Amino acid sequence: MRTRRTFAVALCAIALTATACGKDGSPGDAAATASNAPKLPTYTVKTDAKLDGSPVFAEAKKRGQLIIGAKSDQPFLGFEDIASGDRSGFDIEIAKMVAADLGFTPQQIKWQTLVSSQREPAIAKNQIDFYVGTYSINDERKKLVSFAGPYYIAGQDLLVKADNTAITGPDSVNGKNVCTATGSTSIKNIQPYNAKITQFDTYSACVEKLLSGEVDAVTTDDAILKGYASKYAPKLKVVGQPFTKENYGVGLNKDDAVLRAAISDALKAHQDNGDWKKAYDATLGLSGSAAPQPPALERY
Amino acid sequence: MGILFEDDNFALFRDGFLQTIELSALSALLALLLGTLLAAFRVSPVPALRGFGTAWVTLFRNTPLTLLFFAVEFGLPPLGVHFSHLTFAVLALGGYTASFVCEVLRSGINTVPLGQAEAARSLGMTFGQTLTLIVLPQAARTVLAPMSSVFIALPRNSAIAGAFSVSELYSVQQTLSERGYSIFAIFFWVACAYLVISATVALLFRFLEDRLAVAR
Repeated sequence: MRTRRTFAVALCAIALTATACGKDGSPGDAAATASNAPKLPTYTVKTDAKLDGSPVFAEAKKRGQLIIGAKSDQPFLGFEDIASGDRSGFDIEIAKMVAADLGFTPQQIKWQTLVSSQREPAIAKNQIDFYVGTYSINDERKKLVSFAGPYYIAGQDLLVKADNTAITGPDSVNGKNVCTATGSTSIKNIQPYNAKITQFDTYSACVEKLLSGEVDAVTTDDAILKGYASKYAPKLKVVGQPFTKENYGVGLNKDDAVLRAAISDALKAHQDNGDWKKAYDATLGLSGSAAPQPPALERY
Repeated sequence: MGILFEDDNFALFRDGFLQTIELSALSALLALLLGTLLAAFRVSPVPALRGFGTAWVTLFRNTPLTLLFFAVEFGLPPLGVHFSHLTFAVLALGGYTASFVCEVLRSGINTVPLGQAEAARSLGMTFGQTLTLIVLPQAARTVLAPMSSVFIALPRNSAIAGAFSVSELYSVQQTLSERGYSIFAIFFWVACAYLVISATVALLFRFLEDRLAVAR
């Protein structure tokens, strides 16, 4: 009798803990720990930065701190380690190189996590100085904010297991299980290709299902996918056949043309001196996807 | 406010609404059957069954529902259990609600005077007969009010399934938000839909209470 009761309890306990136990790709074994991994660049802080006629910059100087909006849940792109409070990723590096050219050291940056729907209101109300976090430039948003950049050209792509040769692009997902975030625009873009779509609240849930083999691919912007491929390197790969185009820009106040020009200058300078490529190689590059050409800036 | 009738939003909304009803109805059925069984376990003379009932209630009633969805959706497939996302959701939601149903029923069973069961046993009825013919019919009457609360909560708890690949009302809300419609209008219609479901369940229980009422 006693054993049967214990058995029932144990069975229930197993069902609950299986999630934790089933996880075999802990972040620690990522390629980032390899000794020959590319190192993050350091940026020289300009001490003589001067932006006459930029209210946002004047306010930041007075405050002695630059407030930058970012995402916190995208590994190797815009990520916050909750335990240590450290931010890391490609978007974070872009933000740091811009901050350096505006005369702010990494210690003088105050990060603020904002999810997609909070971005326009926060920028319009000057709660942040600028925003770097998979922020696609489009005309609808240009009515509310302005953009410096693009600093990266993303496109919707597919993340698959490294040994998968069956999926080579959107045309080969017919009848396959493809996972993406609940309600996202990625669903609309993949639907014409007749994939079976699974939706979870977060991409990490999708990646978990991909690692366990229950879905065949995860789809969203390639930058986000490369981040996960880096985190779980060398188990996953990005197919590399983007079928949409998103220009990622630095979002900032609509009326601050001086700051916009200064951020564009900073992006250009760091593209030219190789920091851009170094930042890419040490973050998204760990996925095995080679660095693309830095995009040409659109100034306006 | 008119967003529901723009583009193909109505079809999307209707499908989400029907999916919520399907998920809720299946979960309610599972919860009712399993809950009754668990309540029978908890009052049974067999210690192992009592232990199982208690363990189930302790585990499922004290675990956040989101965590249960995670456990089912991410815990079972590695063990070789593969169902549709809807089935997984029904298991999580039904198993969770069953623990509440069990406790409500048990409280009802405890209100039936012990003499009733003793009389039934002395007439030679088995434990099963005593429970189904004598005790449960009397208990059902007293538990209707708290039971209606449990089953009104169920459709609203079902919203969690939207985050686990069931295209119900919550995921409709996500999709419409992503398409850029006014947040207020979206929530207005989603709230209306849940209100319709909850009100229907409440009416159903009111009807049952009237039907089962006895003059005391």
